[in-house]
This record gives sequence, C-alpha cells and structure tokens, in this order.
Amino acid sequence: MKAPPFSYVRAASIADLFAKWEASGPDARLLAGGQSLLASLAFRLSEPSTLIDVTRVPELGGIAAVGGRVRVGALTTHAELGGNELVRQQVPLLAEAVPLIAHPAIRNRGTVGGSLAYADPAAELPACCVALDAMILARSASAERRIPAAQFFTGPYMTALGEKELIAAVEFPAREQQERSAILELARRTGDYAMAGVVARAQLEGSVLADTRLVLFGVGEAPIMAHAAAAIVTGRPVTGETIGRAQAALDTDLNPPADQHGSSEMKRHLARVLLGRALRRLCGVEEARAA
Amino acid sequence: MNKVIDPGSVDRPNSYIGKSVPRPNAKNLVEGRGQYVDDLVLSRMVHVAFLRSPHAHATILAIDAGSALEVPGVLRVFTGRDLTQHCEPWVATLAHLKGMKSAPQRPLPPERVTWVGEAIAAVVAESRAAAEDAAARVRVDYEPLPAVVDMESALLSSTPVIHAELGDNLCFQRVNEAGQVDEAFARAHKIVQATFYSGRHTGLTVEPRSIVADYNRASGRLTVYHATQAPHMMQAVLAKQMGLPEGDVRVICGDVGGSYGIKVHVYPDEVAIAVIAKIMGRPVKFIADRFESFSSDIHARDHRIRARMAVDAAGRISAIDVDDLTGIGPYSVYPRTSAVEGNQVVNLVGGPYDFANIRAKTTVVFQNKTPTCQYRAVGHPIATAVTEGLVDLAAEALGLDPVEFRRRNLMKDGGYPRTSPAGMKFEGLSHEASLTKLLGLMDYPALRDEQERLRGQGIHRGIGLASFIELTNPSPFMYGVGGARISAQDGCSVRIDPDGSVVAATGVTEQGQGTEAIMRQIVAEAVGVPIAQVRVITGDTLTTPYGGGTWACRGAGIGGEAALQAGLAVKEAVLKVAGAMLQAGPEALALVDGQIVERKSRQSRMPLSELARIVYFRGDTLPPDLPRELLQTRHFITKQYPFAFTNGVQASWLEVDVETGIVRLLKHWCVEDCGRVINPLLVGEQVRGGIVQGLGAALYEHCIYSPEGQLLVGSMADYLVPMAAEMPDIEVGHVETPTKESLLGAKGAGEAGTAGAPAAVMNAINDALKPFGAKAFAQPFTPERILAALGKVPTRSPEPAPSPPGMASPAWAAPPASKSGGFFARMFRRV
Amino acid sequence: MSTALNVSLTVNGERVSRRVEARRHLVDFLRLDLGLMGTRTGCEHGICGSCTVRVDGRIVRGCLVLAVSLDGAVVETIEGVSDRGEIRDLQEQFIARNACQCGYCTPGMLMTAADLLRDNPRPTRAQIREHLSGNYCRCTGYHAIVDAVEAAAAGRNARAGP
Repeated sequence: MKAPPFSYVRAASIADLFAKWEASGPDARLLAGGQSLLASLAFRLSEPSTLIDVTRVPELGGIAAVGGRVRVGALTTHAELGGNELVRQQVPLLAEAVPLIAHPAIRNRGTVGGSLAYADPAAELPACCVALDAMILARSASAERRIPAAQFFTGPYMTALGEKELIAAVEFPAREQQERSAILELARRTGDYAMAGVVARAQLEGSVLADTRLVLFGVGEAPIMAHAAAAIVTGRPVTGETIGRAQAALDTDLNPPADQHGSSEMKRHLARVLLGRALRRLCGVEEARAA
Repeated sequence: MNKVIDPGSVDRPNSYIGKSVPRPNAKNLVEGRGQYVDDLVLSRMVHVAFLRSPHAHATILAIDAGSALEVPGVLRVFTGRDLTQHCEPWVATLAHLKGMKSAPQRPLPPERVTWVGEAIAAVVAESRAAAEDAAARVRVDYEPLPAVVDMESALLSSTPVIHAELGDNLCFQRVNEAGQVDEAFARAHKIVQATFYSGRHTGLTVEPRSIVADYNRASGRLTVYHATQAPHMMQAVLAKQMGLPEGDVRVICGDVGGSYGIKVHVYPDEVAIAVIAKIMGRPVKFIADRFESFSSDIHARDHRIRARMAVDAAGRISAIDVDDLTGIGPYSVYPRTSAVEGNQVVNLVGGPYDFANIRAKTTVVFQNKTPTCQYRAVGHPIATAVTEGLVDLAAEALGLDPVEFRRRNLMKDGGYPRTSPAGMKFEGLSHEASLTKLLGLMDYPALRDEQERLRGQGIHRGIGLASFIELTNPSPFMYGVGGARISAQDGCSVRIDPDGSVVAATGVTEQGQGTEAIMRQIVAEAVGVPIAQVRVITGDTLTTPYGGGTWACRGAGIGGEAALQAGLAVKEAVLKVAGAMLQAGPEALALVDGQIVERKSRQSRMPLSELARIVYFRGDTLPPDLPRELLQTRHFITKQYPFAFTNGVQASWLEVDVETGIVRLLKHWCVEDCGRVINPLLVGEQVRGGIVQGLGAALYEHCIYSPEGQLLVGSMADYLVPMAAEMPDIEVGHVETPTKESLLGAKGAGEAGTAGAPAAVMNAINDALKPFGAKAFAQPFTPERILAALGKVPTRSPEPAPSPPGMASPAWAAPPASKSGGFFARMFRRV
Repeated sequence: MSTALNVSLTVNGERVSRRVEARRHLVDFLRLDLGLMGTRTGCEHGICGSCTVRVDGRIVRGCLVLAVSLDGAVVETIEGVSDRGEIRDLQEQFIARNACQCGYCTPGMLMTAADLLRDNPRPTRAQIREHLSGNYCRCTGYHAIVDAVEAAAAGRNARAGP
C-alpha cells in the first residue's frame, strides 16, 4: 500500500501557496493534516502529480475572537480545537464534538479545514458548522468570499469550493446566554464514523425552544437540516408528544441511502431515536441509564 | 512413567511449574527490539508485489508485463506459466475424511482465477513501492466466468461447477449418527429448533503474513525466514513441491506478530516467493499489506446450521440433530484441508452433555471466494453456539433457569473416562465444578436480581452462559493418518554448557503466547537450575528437534512434556556423574538451584558448573566407562487419547439498547480446565485474548461478499475488530484436571476463549431480549440484526445472496473492481 | 518540484539528513532509511495504531505523515523513548502482566499510553480504554494492558506524593 509517486512542495505563505498551486497544473492537491489524503493515496485511489504542503502557511492558522465570533484558522488541528479555552467558552458544541472524532493520534494532525473540505457525510464537524450557522471563509488567488455552512456542503465529499479555492478559516458565532447544544452519534466503536448522528442547537427560554437547528449526519449525502422536525419543536413546550411528532416529521426531511451498517429504514429509525434523545438532552431531561 | 507432577511434592524445590513467571523475550518486545521477518535486511534482497485478480472467476487470456518492466527498479515479472516447471501443484485432501476431493493448486494459476484476490503475477523490484508501481502497469486480459457465491445453491445442477474434473462443487460431506435420533424426536416432550448463521471472518494478525526466501546457488540451499507456526511442516512442503531434499531447506521463525492459525497454512503466494528466490538466486521478501490480506489470508467460519433438540419431560436432552453447511474457497487449503472445520462442528456439537442420540451432518462446498481453513478454535465456536443456543431455547421451553437445565444435562464429574455420543473420548472433565466456580465468580443470583430491577426501568441486560469442550494435544489421528506430513509428536533437546547454564531446543514455536517462557520454566524445574540460567531455542528446522510447531493447543501438553522428560533425563545423567565424582549413589543426591546436594540434608556438595567443567575439560579424571551425556533429547507423543479434551464455561453480562440495537459488553467470565497450569499469567492472558477474538466475531467481524463474489471489506474501516473501548474486563478462573498421559499433566488452553465467547454473547443478547420475545441467531449480532429481531426495522437476509429474478439486490455500494465497501466509497468519491 | 527531496530532522536526539522520495511515509523512513525497526505498520491507513510515534511532542500515525514534511521536526520512536528510561515503569508493568504477547502492537500502545499519562496522571479504566481505543491488539484482549497502564499511573502518583 505504497502511495504512487508524486512531487512535493511546501508553501511558505498564502501568496506562495497560490503561486505554487497555479504553477502545478490540475492534478495538484493541498496537503494539510494528511489524515484522509494520505490514507486514500495508500489505496492508490488517485494519482496527484504534486502535493502542496500548506501546514506552515501562517495566514491559515490560529484561533481568535473577532467581533462577537470565534475565528478558527483552517490549519487548527482537532486537538487544538478541542483544547482551546476560547472555543470551550464560546462554542462549547465544538469542544463536545472533538472527542468523537477518530482517535488522539489522528486528532493531533487532522485539521478543521481538512475535515470541512473533505465533507464526509458521516463526519461531525460539517454537521456542527451547519448547526452553528458557521461561515466558511474561502480564498482563491484573487478573491475571498464567505460561504454560509448551510450552503457549503453540496453532496458526498462535495463542497461549494471552486477550482483552486481553499478554506482559510471558519467563523462561529459565540454562544448566547440561553443557548443549549448537544451532539449525539451512534457508532459501532469509539472513533468510528457515525451510523447516524444529530447536532441540536437552540435557545431555551423557560421550557420553550427558539431558533431550533437540528442537523442530521451519517444519514444522507451531506449534513441535513431537519426543517420539518425543527418547526414542530420550535415555539412550544417540548413534550413527549411533540418529540414524537418531530420524529415522525423526519420522514419528510430524510431519505437515507443504505450502507454497510444498515438499510434506509434502519437509518431513519436511528435518526428518530437520536432526535428524541437530543431534544430531551437540550431540555435537560435525563435518560434512564445504569452504571 | 505416568506419574503426574505433584505440586506439593518436596521433590520440587525449583518449583517454577505453576508459577506466573514473566516471559524472557518480553523485554525485547516492549523496547521495540523484536526481530520480525520485515525487520530482516539481507544483501541484494528484492521485494515482491503481487497483482491480484479483480474477478471472482475468470479465464486468463493474456498477461502483458511490457510496460511494468520499464518502471525503474523493477527486475522481473513472473506469471503462473513461468513457475509451472519449478513447482509441483498440490492437492489438499486427507485420506481419513472419506470422499473428500479438491483440485490441484499452483503458486500462481496459469490459466484461470477463482477468487477475488488470488495472486496471478509477481513483480520483483528493488523496493516494494517500485514493485507496486509496476504491478499497476501489468495488463491482463480476462474472460469473466460465472461465479459460485451462494453456498445454499452450490450443489444445484444449475450452478456452474468450479472444477469440471471434480464433477460438482462438493468438497466433503459427512454424517455422524448414533442412537435412535428419529425415534427420540418422535416421542419428545418438547422440540426446539433454530437456524444459526456464522459470518465468514478473518484473523487480521497485526503483523501481516511475512516471508523472506533466500536461495544459495552454490550450496543449493533454500533458507526461508517465515512468520509461520509450523517451520518443519513448511520445510517438508517446500522441499516436496520444489523437488529439493528436505535437508537443503531450512525454515527459521523469529518473532511472529500473532498467528491464531492464520500463519499455519501453505499460501500459494508464499510458495511463489520461495520458487522465485530459487530462480533468481537471491533473497526475496514479501510482506502482505493490509488490503491484500483481506482477500488472501485464509477466511473461516462461514456456516449455516439448522439444528434442533429434543427434550423429555424431566428436562433431559434426548436428541440433537444438526445440519451444517459451509462455503469454503475454490480450493481446499494445504495441507490441513478446509473440511476440518465442518468436521469439527460435527464432532463437537452437544459435547458437554449427557445424551444418547445424535445426528450431525456437514456439507462443505466450494465457492469462488477466498479459501478458508483452520483459524483459532476451528469449528468450536460454531458447535458451541449451536449447542448452547439450543440449550437456552430448551430451558425456556421447559420454563427452567438456564443454569438448572445445564445442571440436569452436563456430563457429571467423575464417571470418566467416557465417550461422547459423537464418538469423542474424554479422559477426565469437570463441567460441574467449572459451572459452580463460574456462578460463584460472577455472583449469578445478584446479577439476576440486578437484571430484574433494571428491566423495570427500561434497561435491558442479559446473562448468557456457554459450556464447551475443546480439543488439544492432537495425536496423528488429526492429520497424520490422513497422509499429511504434519507431526503430532514433538521433541526437545536439553544440554548443560560448561558454565552450568542450560540450553533447550524445542520443535514448538512462539507467536507471543509464551512458548519460550513455559519451556524455560519446565526445563529449569526438571533439571534443577535457577530459571535465569535457561535459554530456549525455537523456530529453526536446522537446529531444533523435529516437531510439529504450534497449533491445536499442543505447545504445553506435547512440547512441554518433551521438555520435561529431556530435562529429567539430563538431571539423571548429571547425578550419575556426580555420584561417581562424590563417591555416592546417584539416588542420594539431588540437583537443586544449580547445585548438586545431598537429597536428605540439602547440603551442597558441588556446583553444577564444576561438574560441567570436569566433564567437558577434565574427562580424564572420571571413570573411563562412565556415561557423561549432558545433552539429552526426548520426543513425546500422546498414546491413548486422540485428543486431550479440556472443558470450560463462560458467561457474558451485557446490555442491549433496544432502541438502537447497540450492545454494551459489561463483563465476561471464563472458568477453564486445561489440566496442569504451567503459568497462570500466560494461560489467563491466552484465555482473555481468545475471548476477545470471540467477542469480535459475535459483534463485529464479517467478510461480506457481493452477489458477484466481490469482497466488500478491504480496510479496517470496513472490517471491524474489537478495540479497547468496547471490550469488557474479563475474569478467568481455573479448575485443574490433569491428564495422566504425561508427567506434566498439561492440556492446552489457547483456543478455549474463542470457543465459548460467541455463544455466551448470543445467549446474553437473547436473554436481554426475552421480554420482547425477540431472538437473534445470525452472527455477527449487528445493531441492524438486533433491531430486526425486535421488529423495529425490516430484516435483511444474513448474507447478500444472489437475488431471485425480479428483486433488487441488497443495497451495498457497488464497487469498482476490488476496491469496495464503505471506506472506499468515501475515498473513491472524494478523488 | 521534485519527487525526491532532502530532509533534515532530529530522531531520538540525533540529527539526521537524507534524500527521500516524497511519497515515503515516516514509518518507512524510520525503517528503511534509519534502520529503526521498532515502529511498524499494521494497516498503512491510519487505523491500527501500530505506527504511533511522537512528532514535535505529540503522538501521530507515522503512516499518515510524509517524511519530507518533517524538515526541522523532532521525532521520538519507541527506541528513543525506551533508551531514555521515560517509560520504564510502563514497560515493566506490561511485562509483569503479560500485556505484551506477540509484541507487534506494543510500541504503538506504549507511546499512546505514555501520551495519556502525561496529560491525565489519574485516568480511570474507562479513560484508559478510551485513549487506547485507536490501538489494535489481537493477542491480549486489552484487559492486561489496561491493568498495566493503571498500575503504572498508580506508581507514578505514589512516587509523586499526595
């Protein structure tokens, strides 16, 4: 499982990166953490001519508060993201999500930008971005643009990035006082890609949810906003009955493809179960569980 | 000499046997300084990558390697036709498995591929990377043929026959019958039945298959560094197939990164390496990578079993009737054959129980899938799952607690020797004592109370029991009588060196289970020296006595006995010399802690090193006719029993999330009777490791095939193995019923864990689901299968069988040739 | 742009410079270029954990890091960590409890265990299992490994005092 031969260059700055990218032809790939790219090369699933190492481009790193938002540089590793105090305080959902991603050694190299650009339908961070209304800051040689997360993930392993355009950073709104969030997933083993997952985020006012965002992952071709289900639980007290109707409404929102873990019906079933658990968690209702 | 070692005897002052002595070679391993085959670098060594078939069944029309040879660093490309005259084909049958048939197999097939992953060409280059670059450029013209992928229809006349000369796709069939089975069912008080499935799986040794073969043209000697369990067997096979004298073939095993049976077989691609080394006259290395391992390592345990049990009104088993069907590969695997697994299901089903009427049938059919063969606990997990599954069904039908049903039916302790209805001879087992001990260890009544209390809160936990028997210490009745050059005896040479240190060379081998440690313990005790003075040599056909290697749990019972007897013989020889030197009768002396002492007073007379110095350098001072053989060799073979059967019982305590189907393993217990325990630490860890392999089979592991015969698992993201976070703590207890066949009294222990774990988990899941009336019998017990049992999702059939016309086939991702499965769907789409 | 580059880095305290194919991962660099055989591949796609090594102080999958990307980096392998005595207590516990059988996964397992204890000196058994959840062992069934790590942690805490 040796990778096919390729050339390698390292970019020293963002300008250098685009110059090298332009010079290297259509089969060049950007190398960040390499946790997905290098694994795919081991199976010879593609034959890039050149890898452009972007890990030392200073403009792509760092975590900072920027006007009421938290800006996370694309090169931030999962480990850095999960351990960052600003993130824990202002975007706790991300800190909750990070331990679900793969394993410690992978999290030390894999990057936020890499995960979002890879756009695995069963990954946690893309779904978190959609639930959090994040803004992806994309750059090309000549321009920058801001792409809302809800528009960024366009299909399985497909994003709205254009040719020779990269993710520079992601901006997340800082949490508000009444914000509650939860990420739940079902995986066969710790660190595996989810069979099904849900990210739930809402403002809790008394016993009523507002601005509810429910995002399913692992059950579609991209993170899926469960609009119909969210509408049912928004603006009224969350009861067993509303949860039941929200779960039923998922049939409108979802059309899961089957995979090795289960049929389409099984995915729907798991999504329903997870939605119920996420809503109860948001409202502070504990599940029955023994030690 | 049939006295069994008495642990309490005063004659055991160097009493290492029975102690948890750490392994001597572990220090190397924890420092990363082991020596595995891939660590070997030899002058002018070259590397091989194989091109493997993307088709389940196809004719090879042409192979064009022209472009491949242009890659820098590439030296040769070999195809099946190139190797034909250098290696004889082999046929893997055993004469005592009556009617068994299989087709001749070559290292590389010259004309036809018969499974996805079969090696068809070997690229030789200066690096593995260059060899892979070249393999990607080899052009092969195939003509695809219909593939046989469904074992249920393999024998229908409408199904293509894989090897026309064999007439059909039947490898082997056997019915074992005793008593009056139909009559017993006719008058049964209750009959329970189920169809069990065991999913095909693979061993996934962390170190992949590894071999370096080196041929010296000047001496005509072939030296093979091989991660194998059976170096003498490989020596015999390579010599025979390549037409070399056995004495010109040397097989050496260093450290091996796990085997579990995967590395005891003859692999065509490994034979190809030896042949290529001979042709090229230089060292050739092949390390299987993980991707190719999935389709080229042997698979195992692909079974569908219809089974039923008849019980009488007193809750006693009156009959068991089992119909086993198993789908192997297109060839039986050499030399142990792919029929043994089914045959062992037949031999072992019902094993722990006292009943008279049995019918067990196995049908072993060829398929165009990866070949299958012996993998840890061969057949036992299936026989145990079927038996214990029926037992729990019967208990439920009778309204009995599963423990009570077992108590009424297990063979009683005492009353041995006896023979099972299937014809297995038992010297002495301890089913009752083991069960009692287990129930104490787990506090069975407390768990039942907890189960009931939690059910009231909507939490569903289950207890599953599994009694089992396990065959160990095999005699020639397993393989030898069938014509295979597989040795059931083993040998050990023990010698004293001039400084009084001891070297023991043994024919059994080390794969991490601790062979070297227990040999050291046994020899140190037998000779009478501190254990630090003993060194053990294993894994070299040139320098060890002829033996069988390690398989079927024979290392301790057979290899250990040879070591014990050789060590005692050396001590005896030492004491004769000592008697002459000290003017005493040898019976008045003893050898303790490296000192010759007076037996009664324990007073030291002379260090062993002094005696050795005299023997080796001052033999003139000894009586001229005095024998002074400080090197003794003994071989051991079991005499009376074809196998030394052991027994055990396991329990699984788990929780089923009935909304998601996810199983959480809470705790696991095993009480095991392997006879004399030489090293409790090693045995305990063997049992634990074996259990976890069984837990993996129960919950995760499955080699899934498409209807076209494409293997849909090709990475460790598709094929799930147990990892630390999901595995429970495992408590192991022992009962000891030594065998009288040997002084040591040891039976084997390595496979017991795997034998019982899947059954325990299955029974625990079904126990947890009892309030719902849901049952699951198809392994692995995935969340989908559990939810289907609960009626929460539709059932998908256990295997993706070819669809009848008009029905959609199961919706797994349709793979590009040989790259398939969920992981590849991810990777492939991205790029 | 080149398919082979010069790279200079520190491995186990020694400065090394080599010309390396761009596609060569760190494990092959260690084994084929430097003869350090303690780090090995069991899957070569980042899942089994046998290749776990330390780069710039953090554990990574050696099979998912290109050697050429490590110019100026500090790499520590099992041999270096072992020779420094940093994990002697873990190694002793592994031996004492037979948490090392065939030994193939052991270097990766030890590197990961050492990483855990550095950041979490008092891990629960569940935390130990979680941190080691990316290291595949086929021989031991993990229980003895968890015992060994737990015992090493207890030993360190006892020595460190209350």
